[in-house]
Amino acid sequence: MARSVTLQRKSFNTLIAWIIGLLLFFPILWTILTSFKTEAQAIADPPVWFFFDWTLENYRVVQERSNYSRFLWNSIIIAGGSTILGMIIAIPAAWSMAFVPSNRTKDILLWMLSTKMLPAVGVLYPIYLIFIQLGLLDTRIGLTIVLMLINLPIMVWMLYTYFKEIPGEILEAARMDGAGLKEEILYVLTPMAIPGIASTVLLNIILAWNEAFWTLNLTAARAAPLTAFIASYSSPEGLFYAKLSAASTMAIAPILILGWFSQKQLVRGLTFGAVK
Amino acid sequence: MGQIVLEQVTKSFGDITVIPPLDLTIEDGEFTVFVGPSGCGKSTLLRLIAGLEDVSSGEIRIDGAPSANTPPAKRGLAMVFQSYALYPHMTVRKNIAFPLRMAGLDRAEQDRRVEQAAAVLNLTDYLDRRPGQLSGGQRQRVAIGRAIVREPAAFLFDEPLSNLDAALRVGMRLEISELHNRLKTTMIYVTHDQVEAMTMADKIVVLRAGHIEQVGSPLELYRAPRNLFVAGFIGSPKMNLIEGAEAAKHDATTIGIRPEHISISDENGLWSGVVGVSEHLGSDTFFHVHQTGLAESITVRADGEVGFKHGDRIHMTPRADMIHRFDDKGLRIA
Repeated sequence: MARSVTLQRKSFNTLIAWIIGLLLFFPILWTILTSFKTEAQAIADPPVWFFFDWTLENYRVVQERSNYSRFLWNSIIIAGGSTILGMIIAIPAAWSMAFVPSNRTKDILLWMLSTKMLPAVGVLYPIYLIFIQLGLLDTRIGLTIVLMLINLPIMVWMLYTYFKEIPGEILEAARMDGAGLKEEILYVLTPMAIPGIASTVLLNIILAWNEAFWTLNLTAARAAPLTAFIASYSSPEGLFYAKLSAASTMAIAPILILGWFSQKQLVRGLTFGAVK
Repeated sequence: MGQIVLEQVTKSFGDITVIPPLDLTIEDGEFTVFVGPSGCGKSTLLRLIAGLEDVSSGEIRIDGAPSANTPPAKRGLAMVFQSYALYPHMTVRKNIAFPLRMAGLDRAEQDRRVEQAAAVLNLTDYLDRRPGQLSGGQRQRVAIGRAIVREPAAFLFDEPLSNLDAALRVGMRLEISELHNRLKTTMIYVTHDQVEAMTMADKIVVLRAGHIEQVGSPLELYRAPRNLFVAGFIGSPKMNLIEGAEAAKHDATTIGIRPEHISISDENGLWSGVVGVSEHLGSDTFFHVHQTGLAESITVRADGEVGFKHGDRIHMTPRADMIHRFDDKGLRIA
């Protein structure tokens, strides 16, 4: 009796999970499908699902019209660079907040988070002017710095939560064992926090990869990443859904693959502390 | 070597003073136990000596060198924590070698010392395991191993046995005592368990609310507690404290008599009462005697074979030379 109830429940939960999963995945699936259609089929009404003339034409055209690898390279540098730079700042910051908190630590954490509540466009103008002054407009380094700053609060918050889980006595033991601050962070804290650090890195790469507001506004040609590559196919003159979809698919493919292979790590990291 | 001197050391957290000005000298090679109820500041005092907390004022001298502002890594002390605080991502070998690695010793010397410590602590078979794969007692040994390899000036133990079960605790107590006999290194040991304090210490420091109530050898504290607090804290079961007319007979406000210094009889005695709870330990029996007119309950130790039952009326006679007298301030009357 009890068993059949749990089985029913289980099937129900599974069904719900699949529905939610498919709902979330549907836009991506639709983009990928559309990228293999002709332009006519892409806007057909009623929409065609799977039975159309599968074609690679869009990909060929996109490849011809723009230099995909240059955008890809910019994306890798900007996402990777901002993550590395961010971690260099966030690890010591989170360390100090977690292990040597002051009366103001909570306030600082909240203040950092509050910067995420500000609409980005609110600071576009000052940042744009600063970028002009410093000659950072349309440079990879400029974009790396901005994306790092945008995501820094999230990085610090995530790491702070992971570090909080590490017993302080272990770090004190390291200090007693003769470790200086550098050794303590390098040999004891970091290895213990690897799962947390890894998921912070992954999440940050994904966030930086998908960031569109700043990448579109602060770049033109030289430093433009894949978000700009996608945007260049949505023009007001005429809608080319199939080509736009092909470009989108190419832009999200690397991060989708990365996410696929690291999903276990990501889930573990994001639920760290919640589930022991 | 390892003489540790505290001079007018204080510690406050904000407005709360945990350690008021305190002086204490721990001689080289001594096994000193800090004992007291929870919150008495004993762990804080140990952490001040370790350097894990900064003193608010005063000086700490380790072998004569002013060390109050020296970082913990530079004080040459080793510490064993209550939670063991092993590095979970390192094998036992790496855990024990960690202080040596930090000291920059070469690999061969590291290996030699780790093997040596492992042999002493019966850990040789476990060197390649991780802490998660060890039992509580083994983890404790690893923590001790990590402390002994670098030959510190002094060992600091922060309630190291409180996470172990009773049987293991007795075993580890002996092991630590033997270790001290062999190494002859200064050890400071914090515990709330007065049995640990009595059995292990050369010198016991009894603390209450950051104050030192008494310093002395276990037997000094047992025989001549300086005040009511020490009298009640040292000894198990606790000393019986009697006030009123009975105490006045001895020209004291309070008199104390230990359960083991009262003889009992079913016929006659100085005091009498009714047996309440009896605790049978096999070798001894503790009777809690009520309706004595002296105190709410008088505890008496008797031979394990003595068979009084609940409700029996018994007679008790204290050993006259074992009565402790205290004045109205709770201080011992000599």
